[in-house]
Amino acid sequence: MSEPQKTKISVRHLDFFYGSNKALIDINLEMPENQVTAFIGPSGCGKSTLLRVFNRMYSLYPGQRATGEVLLDGENILAPGMDVNMLRAKIGMVFQKPTPFPMSIYDNIAFGIKLYEKLRKVEMDERVEQALRQAALWEEVKDKLKTSGLGLSGGQQQRLCIARAVAVQPEVILLDEPTSALDPIATLKIEELVSELRNQFTILIVTHNMQQAARVSDYTAFMYIGEMVEFGPTNQLFTNPGKKQTEDYITGRYG
Amino acid sequence: MSAAMNVRYLRRRFWNIFNLGMAVAMTLFGLFWLVWILWTTLSYGATALNLELFTGDTPAPGSIGGLRNAFVGSLLMIGVAVLIGTPVGILAGTYLAEFAQGSRLAGVIRFFNDILLSAPSIVIGLFIYAVMVVPMGNFSGLAGALSLAILLLPVVLRTTDEMLGMVPGTMREAALALGAPHWKMIVQVSYRAARSGILTGVLLAVARISGETAPLLFTALNNQFFSMNLDKPIANVPVVIFQFAMSPYPEWQHLAWAGALIAAMAVLVLGLVSRFLIKDRSPR
Repeated sequence: MSEPQKTKISVRHLDFFYGSNKALIDINLEMPENQVTAFIGPSGCGKSTLLRVFNRMYSLYPGQRATGEVLLDGENILAPGMDVNMLRAKIGMVFQKPTPFPMSIYDNIAFGIKLYEKLRKVEMDERVEQALRQAALWEEVKDKLKTSGLGLSGGQQQRLCIARAVAVQPEVILLDEPTSALDPIATLKIEELVSELRNQFTILIVTHNMQQAARVSDYTAFMYIGEMVEFGPTNQLFTNPGKKQTEDYITGRYG
Repeated sequence: MSAAMNVRYLRRRFWNIFNLGMAVAMTLFGLFWLVWILWTTLSYGATALNLELFTGDTPAPGSIGGLRNAFVGSLLMIGVAVLIGTPVGILAGTYLAEFAQGSRLAGVIRFFNDILLSAPSIVIGLFIYAVMVVPMGNFSGLAGALSLAILLLPVVLRTTDEMLGMVPGTMREAALALGAPHWKMIVQVSYRAARSGILTGVLLAVARISGETAPLLFTALNNQFFSMNLDKPIANVPVVIFQFAMSPYPEWQHLAWAGALIAAMAVLVLGLVSRFLIKDRSPR
């Protein structure tokens, strides 16, 4: 981590509101490219809210709004003219609960690709395989691509969702507590996957599990009641936190 | 265990047995009528079943015939009713579930739809009679189909709304998070997740309208002869059953029972198909 890294996303003076309720207060953050940034903090601290700003998921819901700037490669994604669908092509997301679509494993992956590209059958087959391989799922499903994605186990479903996000070839992947509904072995697989994917994608992961943050991330952001308390290299944040609040949280004094 | 505890426990046991017994008794009571109805229909109707039923038209009193014209008329009107009512119902249900969640307008629409759902069918028939049959000067199959469509519409609307409402919001978000436009998310994800439920709703609605007599008396009326012209009065099973069963002629009465049996069987089959679809939808 000696070389200076290119900033992928920078957040400047971000405030977020649920109606009149302010959920994020003046967030400032620079996230480097092709690194894993983890967001930790107690329940309700705003880490998921922040993650949902990066792909403008919140704008589905009237009454939720964000002010300030979020720059993706220098372009403000909060600007009024932003094409949300094109933004979401660049920033994929995986949710807390696995959300396979009610269609075959193959079609689950092809769904996203078809939104942006018109491919011949052979090319599509290749892309689906590639995505499933990237999500370490190919070996388990290669013989049943035509069966329903709902028939997979929870951990496999979550890797299917990761494959689906990866298949679109985004630049950034948002993971919103991706392992909280999974057993320890499935969790381990997802964590290994995250470590591999970091070479190609900028990954932002929300987790309530501090060990997970320590294991998978390069940078960690600690949030508390809507504020960014501390942000820094994961090593440093966990071994030598700069703030008392951070230290209290990571040593288990609250949260 | 103290004596007081014991009394409480015995009392609880008594009430448990009592409630269980009542529930079983009431179930048997309900089933008793259902079985009686089916048995009566079957025993009267089965003797009248023959090929002539499907090849001959409603006969004059004293002669032999069948119900071909009534079956065709009913199928035609139900078909047209489904063609009109289903798209409107599904699209309106989609609006409520996908576009208008939590809005006041949605509440108002649901309220009026529920009123339409429970409106007596004779009121619907009278309405079509007033706005269509009277101005056009004659009874017609189209008027009959239209009144059936109005009866079918609220059922389809409601099931669509409810079935789409059961699609998890996270699944919608997942589709939108891939950058899918709203309509693509609805067509390819929401509909797919809810399709067997929606189809079940349509089948149940068809079962409901296929036995309706009151609205057809005002609108399609009846026709002694075979006709596929929706512009003119048209024969249909419920009205024929009504007329023939009340008649003094034994041949007509037999035909009425045969018609009733076929109608009951058709509804039964629709019910079975929808059961099958619901089962298919449940998680494996």
